[in-house]
Amino acid sequence: MTELADGRWHRLHPATPLLKGGIALLAILGIIVSNLRERLIEWIFPAVDCPPGVCDEDPFTLILDRYLLPTLLGILVLLVVILGLFWMSWRMHTFRVTEEIVEVRAGVLFRSHRRSRLDRVQGINVSRPLFARLFGAARLEISAAGSDANVQLAYLSSANADGLRAEILRRASGIRAREAAQSGEGVIASVAPDARANLADVARQRIAEFSAPELDPALAPPQSVVTMHAGRLVGSTLLSVGMLWFLVAIAGVAVAMALTGAGVFLFLGLIPMIFGLGSFLVNRIVKSLRFSIAATADGVRVGYGLLSTSNETIPPGRIHAVEITQELLWRPFDWWTVRVNLASHSTAKGAAGQRNTTILPVGSREEVLRVLELVLPGLVTDETRLLIEGGLAPARIDDGFTTSPRRGAVLRWFSWRRNGFLLHPDAVVLRRGAVWRSLTVVPTARTQSVAAHQGPLERMLRLAQVRLHTVTGPVTARIGALDVADASTLFREAAAAGVTAIRADRSHRWGSS
Amino acid sequence: MNSVTEHQHVAPSRLQPVDGEWRRVSPKYIVVDLVGNLFSGLFTTAVATLPAWLLGWGVWWWLLPAVVAVVSIVLIALTPRRVRSIGYLLRDDDLLFRRGIMFQRFVAVPFGRMQLVDITRGPLARSLGLAELKLVTAAAATGVVIPGLPLADAEELRDHLVALAETRRAGL
Repeated sequence: MTELADGRWHRLHPATPLLKGGIALLAILGIIVSNLRERLIEWIFPAVDCPPGVCDEDPFTLILDRYLLPTLLGILVLLVVILGLFWMSWRMHTFRVTEEIVEVRAGVLFRSHRRSRLDRVQGINVSRPLFARLFGAARLEISAAGSDANVQLAYLSSANADGLRAEILRRASGIRAREAAQSGEGVIASVAPDARANLADVARQRIAEFSAPELDPALAPPQSVVTMHAGRLVGSTLLSVGMLWFLVAIAGVAVAMALTGAGVFLFLGLIPMIFGLGSFLVNRIVKSLRFSIAATADGVRVGYGLLSTSNETIPPGRIHAVEITQELLWRPFDWWTVRVNLASHSTAKGAAGQRNTTILPVGSREEVLRVLELVLPGLVTDETRLLIEGGLAPARIDDGFTTSPRRGAVLRWFSWRRNGFLLHPDAVVLRRGAVWRSLTVVPTARTQSVAAHQGPLERMLRLAQVRLHTVTGPVTARIGALDVADASTLFREAAAAGVTAIRADRSHRWGSS
Repeated sequence: MNSVTEHQHVAPSRLQPVDGEWRRVSPKYIVVDLVGNLFSGLFTTAVATLPAWLLGWGVWWWLLPAVVAVVSIVLIALTPRRVRSIGYLLRDDDLLFRRGIMFQRFVAVPFGRMQLVDITRGPLARSLGLAELKLVTAAAATGVVIPGLPLADAEELRDHLVALAETRRAGL
């Protein structure tokens, strides 16, 4: 247990003002120095006299000559005031972490006081921008559902940030409350039938018993289930649709060059575009190369970044929908992207500069299944594995999916054979698209509501649409062009499964079950 | 795997996923909806005449407001039916809501998912003693608004729903 979580008020890393305003300060210093350079040289080598009428008119010289002392004093006072303000704001910025809440007080003139319940944690992000990394500092962001509901602790020392994250997750999981409840009983009495949960519990209890201050998750880094290859990153970026348009534009320019002969200027116009493309590629690769996604006792940990690093932990039951999609040109390589819906909005960007909802930028089918296993524990078993693989493949007879009837082809020209759904006790799986294939998985424990729609054209065709409402995100779970009877079944079953799942759901306090 | 119903003789084309005693909204709400539709119809028709006034290129531009007026009149004529199509059903664990004739919509909201229940009243509805009940979940798409409830019913329903949501509370 880190001492920062002892329930008393603490201050942030002393270098915080420097880290927050550091780059601006450095830039201003740079400007001043570069402006003074000439004069400094002049001071050191006072050789040539200025011709009259040149130096005299420079207001800077005037100030130096006549008001040197007041100016210096003024600058000094200004510096002291600025430093004082920074020091004040750092002093006033305090936080505390208790058993139930995390609280932050900040501001000198405009005070703010934010209190957030730990059991409402949707995710914790530890990021280390390059500049802060040099100082051994890190930013901790505790996300809650809703916009602007996050608690940011910027900056903490790196080890403290890791320790605090572990402690907050431990408290949020409800382990502590459970330990308190059964403190009289032996450990053996608490053995749960689930062996996997057991292991985590034992590990956690050891941690609690020794309350080791040196505990650092970095000592035993979780094993990533995905390894990124530079070749795949470059390839997947180049084979995206946007990139295709870019190539088409270049080809167009080349043709225009050949036809008109006035080519060189057109080619010059392309150069900035090529530079832009290059920097985009380098940026993406630098950010994604060290991508890792791993299971921890407190949820999925997604990390990335080479220079500035970021590390997000999403506790179990905080992922509201998952979608596996494929760019058209990725099909020969069997590459897929995995996106998720989260209730919180982290300010940290995801890998490759994408939103942090892209949980796997690009991966093979095998890796997608492993990621799915992490984000929806319990869903990928030996039985469902085949079903999910069937969901990524073209439609087959008896692959478990209920698909659109033949007349659905009016609305789904190419995909009516594939367009279908699958009801699993824990999740609803929607399979869509023939050209742009996608597979959406919505855990029933996270569905907010279910809707069925039917318009006039659909009524003529005896079809209907079903939508599963989740929190806002990149994934929209809807499936159209279903037979009316199938749609009704899906609506009824999904609504009933949602109710059952709410009753059984314990992920709110994921460690206390 | 195609659906079984395709081979049956009588396959209903209308969406009716749940049977039950749907509770209707107050018939007085027809007046509210009618007035609202009348005003919006008049307004859009007036706006549609603008090109004819401003451009003045001939009689063809008057077709636009004519078409808009006809559509508005059809919408107004269908108002009573549309209001009658609004219904809700309280089941053991969730609330079902339906509306629409042409564009049908059925929504099921589990009680444990309700984040808040809102009652709003417009000036016209208030003069008729009606209120509107809005259910909010964590999903923006849920969008369940039950209009035209007598105020006493709306308040009773709200208290009932809040109490139910409390007993079945769950995380997000």
